[in-house]
Amino acid sequence: MTVLARTVEATRRYGDVVALDRVSVEIRAGELVGLLGPNGAGKSTLMNLFVGLRRPSSGTVELLGGSPSDPAVRRGIGVTPQETGLPEVLRVGEVVDFVSSHFPKPVGKAELLDRFGLGELVKRQIGGLSGGQKRRLAVALAFAGDPRLVFLDEPTTGLDVEARRTLWDGIRAFHEGGGTILLTSHYLEEIEALAERVVVVGHGRVLADDTVAAVRDVVGARRVSFDAGELPELPGVAGVQREGGRVHLVTSDPDRLVVELVRSGTPFSGLEIRPTSLEEAFLTITAAKEHAHA
Amino acid sequence: MPSLVLAHTRYQVIEQIRVPIGLLASGLFPAIAMLAFAVPFVGDDPVASTLSMGSMMLVGAMSAALMGLSISVAMDREQPFNPYLRTLPAGPFPHFAGRILTTTALMVVSTLPVILVAGLFTEADLAPARLAAIVGAALAGSLPFMLIGLFLGLVLPSKAAIAVSQILFFPFAIMGGLMLPPQVMPAFLNAISPYVPSRGGGELVWWAGTGAAPDTLALVVLAGWTVVAGAAAAWAYRRDEGRRFT
Repeated sequence: MTVLARTVEATRRYGDVVALDRVSVEIRAGELVGLLGPNGAGKSTLMNLFVGLRRPSSGTVELLGGSPSDPAVRRGIGVTPQETGLPEVLRVGEVVDFVSSHFPKPVGKAELLDRFGLGELVKRQIGGLSGGQKRRLAVALAFAGDPRLVFLDEPTTGLDVEARRTLWDGIRAFHEGGGTILLTSHYLEEIEALAERVVVVGHGRVLADDTVAAVRDVVGARRVSFDAGELPELPGVAGVQREGGRVHLVTSDPDRLVVELVRSGTPFSGLEIRPTSLEEAFLTITAAKEHAHA
Repeated sequence: MPSLVLAHTRYQVIEQIRVPIGLLASGLFPAIAMLAFAVPFVGDDPVASTLSMGSMMLVGAMSAALMGLSISVAMDREQPFNPYLRTLPAGPFPHFAGRILTTTALMVVSTLPVILVAGLFTEADLAPARLAAIVGAALAGSLPFMLIGLFLGLVLPSKAAIAVSQILFFPFAIMGGLMLPPQVMPAFLNAISPYVPSRGGGELVWWAGTGAAPDTLALVVLAGWTVVAGAAAAWAYRRDEGRRFT
């Protein structure tokens, strides 16, 4: 499959802060990729590198076979503005015309607005739209130039269920027509509803790059912690971490793990079972993988 | 490329027209000043009224250039829509060119209320060629103020840009001999007057208005200010680009 966008060992620093740390990701034609991670994980920085707003401190970023800083290359992409930043005094139709004028073959105002349920608002000033309508307009603008690759940053944050459905339908329709999408979210639910492949980022690193199903299993994991010495082989352990005498085990089946632990006769104390945060689960697994490789 | 400049200019002009207070602010003050201070005293003197009209037209253009540009550029930098524009397939040029064209249009519009007052209540020379020459002179004389406005807009947040450009504007207008003609200004003001850019601008509009030979020193100083302000604006532009887009 053709690669539409890729980073190779891309690192981005802001002063002393490392926002992205040697990240290599590929977006292939026809994919709908979710970029998942907590705030501050490096999602926005990665997006900004792809759309040409920022340059990597080291490593390379490639977009549609060229550089994101080349305006001609950017004719093939679409990006969402933040809805809070849309020019308030412009009418909906005017901002669509303005954005469309940058592209050689724009979709057309009426068709674009209908696709996102905004057809009746052409003549309305943006300042008078509801938050949900502004959000939909912002997402619609990403599709105005009939792009091959679309970058959507938190497309449905703060929307009600119905508005979210309308937006999801618009995004799916584009994807079914062969379009490629990279979308960020901090909701797993949104990624599950739309994406096939998930890239999880945390602390500026890619923690996982896998199918939605595989990621969901990890997210459902629990962390079983206790004080113990040597451990026997235990079933269903996805990751092990040690802090002094304390052992943290990540597993998708904590009940079975505890039963086996007791059965093995290993002395332990201070048993604690709690849900892992997404980031925690991935960090534990990553640490385990690195340990295995070392 | 020209069609993109047009698209960006159109978008910025619409923004200005829909909030007309910005349009009126620069044009009303000089028109009122003309009405209060020129009409009663020199209204029936054709040469003096033409000089006053020229001064006030320059004040309007200067104000639109300095305040208008500094505020709009500073606000642009604060709007999240601005980075979005940079993801569109256009470099920074169309937006920047649109900003300059829009400001120039506002500068011309800011001279109109003064012309209206002069036409209604004074004997000022309103021949179209004469007016065109004065407008041209006012635009040329305002060039350093556009560059200073650009510089302020690029280095200051919008609230500070509003305050600083207002604080700068009135002393420049007064020291340039635009509020009080140089003949009646106090001696100490007359001594520093040739060294402010607004005096060179004044010399240009008076020259265009009455054919009176301009003061060479003031014109050389005007050119000097333009070069220095241009360098400062270019430095501020590169600094802003480096901070936000690299």
